[in-house]
Amino acid sequence: MKFLFERDTWQEVYDSLTKNKLRTALTMVGVWWGILLLIGLLGSARGIENSFNRLFGSFATNSVFVWAQSTSKPFKGFQEGRQVQLKISDAKKIEENVEGIEFVVPRNQSQALVVHNFLSGNFGVNGDYPLLDQVQKKKMIQGRFINQTDIDENRKVVVISEEIYKQLFEKDAEMIGEYIQLNGMNFKVVGMFETGNANMGPSSDIHIPFTTFQQIYNMGENIGWMMITGKPEYDISQIETDAKLILRNLNKVHPEDNRAFGSFNLGKEFAKITGFLTGMQFLTWFVGIATLIAGVFAIGNILLITVKERTKEIGVRRALGATPFEIKRQVVLEAVFITLIAGLLGIISGGSLLMLLDALYGQGDEAMLVNASVSISIVFIALVILIVLGTLIGLIPAFKATSIKPIDALREE
Amino acid sequence: MLKINKLHKSYPIGDSSLHVLKGIDLSVEAGEMVAIMGSSGSGKSTLLNIIGMLDEADEGEYILDNVPIKNLTEKKAAIYRNKFLGFIFQSFNLINYKNALDNVALPLYYQGLKRKERIEKGLFHLEKVGLKDWAHHLPNELSGGQKQRVAIARALAADPKLLLADEPTGALDTKTSHEIMDFIQSLNDEGKTILMVTHEEDIASMCKRIVRLKDGVIIEDTFVEQVRASQYV
Repeated sequence: MKFLFERDTWQEVYDSLTKNKLRTALTMVGVWWGILLLIGLLGSARGIENSFNRLFGSFATNSVFVWAQSTSKPFKGFQEGRQVQLKISDAKKIEENVEGIEFVVPRNQSQALVVHNFLSGNFGVNGDYPLLDQVQKKKMIQGRFINQTDIDENRKVVVISEEIYKQLFEKDAEMIGEYIQLNGMNFKVVGMFETGNANMGPSSDIHIPFTTFQQIYNMGENIGWMMITGKPEYDISQIETDAKLILRNLNKVHPEDNRAFGSFNLGKEFAKITGFLTGMQFLTWFVGIATLIAGVFAIGNILLITVKERTKEIGVRRALGATPFEIKRQVVLEAVFITLIAGLLGIISGGSLLMLLDALYGQGDEAMLVNASVSISIVFIALVILIVLGTLIGLIPAFKATSIKPIDALREE
Repeated sequence: MLKINKLHKSYPIGDSSLHVLKGIDLSVEAGEMVAIMGSSGSGKSTLLNIIGMLDEADEGEYILDNVPIKNLTEKKAAIYRNKFLGFIFQSFNLINYKNALDNVALPLYYQGLKRKERIEKGLFHLEKVGLKDWAHHLPNELSGGQKQRVAIARALAADPKLLLADEPTGALDTKTSHEIMDFIQSLNDEGKTILMVTHEEDIASMCKRIVRLKDGVIIEDTFVEQVRASQYV
């Protein structure tokens, strides 16, 4: 391997490659394009994945939302079209009886006129347990989320989103400890969280303790809907089916009545998107590697022509004492060198492309691509593939170069 | 120096084969300057190629500097060529994208010498052929005579025991031919053994010994009075 570090080796490579610069450049296009494609597409796929992750990031992805609707089949003396009402006890039963449940979070929601000083607005108000923070992570900017004491003491406290804060408060005004009015009742602001990107279910901007909500809206044991989260190792679709079956049983609904309970399976939706992304990545690898192979073959092809053209020169070199191994080594080295340079140029332009995409589509909260990039290990793998392919493809012209006897090579005109 | 016994060589042509060398016996001592003559098809080039280890004989014995040359692998042949032989070709065969110095230094590269040493030796031999000032010119910037002199410098670079020249003046005009022959003679005067193939009588007469081939056999082998090329220069 010592020869790799000798100036002469590279001088030889440089000499023969610069002999026909245009051809060398054209030879490199295939591999360059392949790598550009690979880096560009993988980076973009990563960018889209990141932007989806940011969108869903606040949700536990293996969750399902369940709410009640009206029945579509008569059952046990009830007419069809009966409005079903979920109760807290339903949530408890699900938690106790369905396998693989992590949390069941009952929730209530209503509209309220919210007033602070002279600013007001109509917003959705949620009655929530502290557990919600586990299922739908709230990034607190100031203060805290609802805690157990709030629940136990039916406190009149409220947690608002940054968006609500902007609408109800003067710029930079202090808000922790301030009071805002919900339907005429004073609530103390205890925390503010970052407004989420994704809108899953009803808007989720104002949260008050669940028990307080029960009291002021006179809900009794009724709940609006619930979020069910499964343990990571359990299939969320199965949990959804099981939970609904229990709900039908508890609420005297026909076991095959599919309309009585509505649900939105976040896990399923998320799996669709991740499946799409995985497919896209697979496609990228497939297209990228295929293009690379085509590019490398083009290099092999051109080198074959070059070797043919240089038959006489190779004959002279052998007459002067070059061993077949030295000739082969030189040709292989040229192949690897061209491949590698083309690959590096591809990586550089691929990187630049990603930077450009980032500048165009990767800025701001609504960005389509978030941190579009490829990891250094992928770049490394690509380079290793290039070296291996370059060596393999270089062997063909290399053996061609030494297959002719020097005497015949010298006679060649 | 060089000893050949009952050398046979034939080439397959379609189904039959062409018997080119039909038992050549030749022995050359160190310091000789031998011209191998013959019409085309007489086998003179084949003989030179076998001596140059570019081709292998079917039958017979070939001993170069007490080393029997037989059943060579390509690698071994390359090493022997590099160590024992210097080639001068009719069409010079310089590598056109390398300058004169790099061309001369090429055999040294395959000997595994360090770059500095190669440049030093290359320049020394270029100076010897009077082209030191042209060291960094590409072959296509040189005249025919200059190219052949670069080629001679290249043949000399590895300090070979035997110089093999295949029609060294074949592509040159008379005046340049004489200059080149004058130079080759001076090399012989210094003690180099030289073997050349030519079909020109006046060039052959500048050697010390003439071997004539016809239809694959030696028909004449005579020592001659050497005509000095310097008188024409």
